Amino acid sequence: MSNRAFALVVFAAAAGIIAASRLVTNDYYFSAAYTVLQFVILATAWNILGGYAGYVNFGSAAFFAVGAYSSVFLYRWVHAPLPVMIVTGTLVAGLLGFGVGYLTLRLRGVFFAIATLALAVVLFTCVVNWDYVGGSRGAYILQPKDLPFGLKRYIHVLFGAMVLMAGVALVVARTIETSAIGRGLAAIRDDELAAECAGVPTLRLKILAASVSGALMGMAGTTFPYYLSYVEPSAAFNLSYAVNSIAMPLIGGMMSWMGPLLGALLLGTVQQVVQVTVSSEWNLLIVGVLLVAFVTLAPNGIMGWVDKWKRRRK
Amino acid sequence: MDFPTALVLNAIIAGLLLGGLYAAMSVGVSISFGMLDVVNIAHPGFIILGSYIAYIVNARLGFDPIAVGIVVSPLFFALGMALYRVYYLCFERRGQESLRGLAFFFGILFITEVALILVFGVDYRMVSAAYQDTTMRLGPVDFPMRLVVPFLVAMAMVIGVEIFLTRTFFGRAVLAVAQDSLALRLMGVDTLRVKEFAFALSIATAGMAGVLLVVIQPVQPAIGREYIGLVFAVCVLGGMGSIRGTLVGALILGLAESFTATFAGPSWAPAVSFGILLGTLAFKPSGLFGR
Repeated sequence: MSNRAFALVVFAAAAGIIAASRLVTNDYYFSAAYTVLQFVILATAWNILGGYAGYVNFGSAAFFAVGAYSSVFLYRWVHAPLPVMIVTGTLVAGLLGFGVGYLTLRLRGVFFAIATLALAVVLFTCVVNWDYVGGSRGAYILQPKDLPFGLKRYIHVLFGAMVLMAGVALVVARTIETSAIGRGLAAIRDDELAAECAGVPTLRLKILAASVSGALMGMAGTTFPYYLSYVEPSAAFNLSYAVNSIAMPLIGGMMSWMGPLLGALLLGTVQQVVQVTVSSEWNLLIVGVLLVAFVTLAPNGIMGWVDKWKRRRK
Repeated sequence: MDFPTALVLNAIIAGLLLGGLYAAMSVGVSISFGMLDVVNIAHPGFIILGSYIAYIVNARLGFDPIAVGIVVSPLFFALGMALYRVYYLCFERRGQESLRGLAFFFGILFITEVALILVFGVDYRMVSAAYQDTTMRLGPVDFPMRLVVPFLVAMAMVIGVEIFLTRTFFGRAVLAVAQDSLALRLMGVDTLRVKEFAFALSIATAGMAGVLLVVIQPVQPAIGREYIGLVFAVCVLGGMGSIRGTLVGALILGLAESFTATFAGPSWAPAVSFGILLGTLAFKPSGLFGR
């Protein structure tokens, strides 16, 4: 399937999902689906740098929070409309990703991973000490009263935006994967030195992957302030975003765009169910246990099983 | 403005004493990460586990936390051995340690944290010991025993590890594995056993460091992750795999944090270690005492 056809299919599916959601009356499902979709974006975005290029980013929460806090900033400053917030947050997080891409120039493997973790804590401390966006006390964001398209509640707007953004993330990921960029990134993942020698523009590709990955993670965060109506640093920088965006691609499979999607849908849904039926601590424990179990027992994730099964049938 | 001598002196002493604790926390990472190339990002998780064991025994039976730490360190040693076995079988042998090994330890860190939250909740826990409330005064400078006793224990532990590694046969074997594991294997040494022992030692130091931590300040499960940056910053700043470097790096970091807390406010303190880490990684990745 060409990328254009894929984009058509994805956005047709997105439109279908939004249309079908008009039949759902219980608002809880919108809220739950919003969270799952947010993880679809995070996992897909993480996989662009982590899965395709092999650079582990522990700082997903930082990008997410940058998206969220740029929205808070715009809200306080000019009460910007939602689309402006989404675009701005995406761009700011993309810039941060650009900087992280430059880090890969000197830092390989583990050092890169630790540097991204460090980056998250440094940004966290800066936000805690920045009073304009609420500091450690957090900031209240009021959801707009007037709703577009005759929707009844604001969560419906957020859900629609999230479906579209998830579609964008999937299309971007697949376009990168199937193009020369994706092959270049795969070469970097397998052997960076050899790729460099073979003429792959490694630095340019890594910076591109880091920027796109960061931008998409930031995009997932832009609607977060409206979703909760209240943002505080430890919620926006929550470590569970970092763990989930690593666990989901690992569980689904990191070689294609389908892996993170599967992983996020599966793990995200399980978490929602556990959160409602048991407790939110248990749901985090399950993520950790599943991550460790998959990484030790099924290193190629669910898609690895699928591939094996396909090969056996041939 | 007159120069606040007493304030500066106190900041220096507090920083050095804190640096002792940081050395104890980081010496294990220096072994596992610096020498064995095992990126044990879960190290702070085991530190917090040590704190909680000291807390339980102290609260239930009233034993001195540091004595508890010494008694349970064989348990941590065994835990480290088991963990390395799993790590070796699942990742190192298959050559997948970089990405999946990292994710594995990240998951372990997360599990210890959430499991502790499930059992004990998110309240801060502390221990009580006889020396905690006394403070020695030398002129304008305070020496709180709460910091001095852990500092002395930490120094003993770090220097003990250094002597073990440089003076004993087995310790030198660990250094040899760090230098060239393949050459050692060609000489017929069971490098797996050496690495397992060294990793177990690093986890044992984590348990002890946790005990020292809970003597100094109250502990709750989620603070573990704040120390990830710290232990790796110390390790990288001092130079990979150098115990002496780790000690110097820890003292520098302790001083830096103490000065930031005194002159810019404690809310900026976490940024210091991570800032130093980022700076070291970007400008001098080999560290102060790097090989």
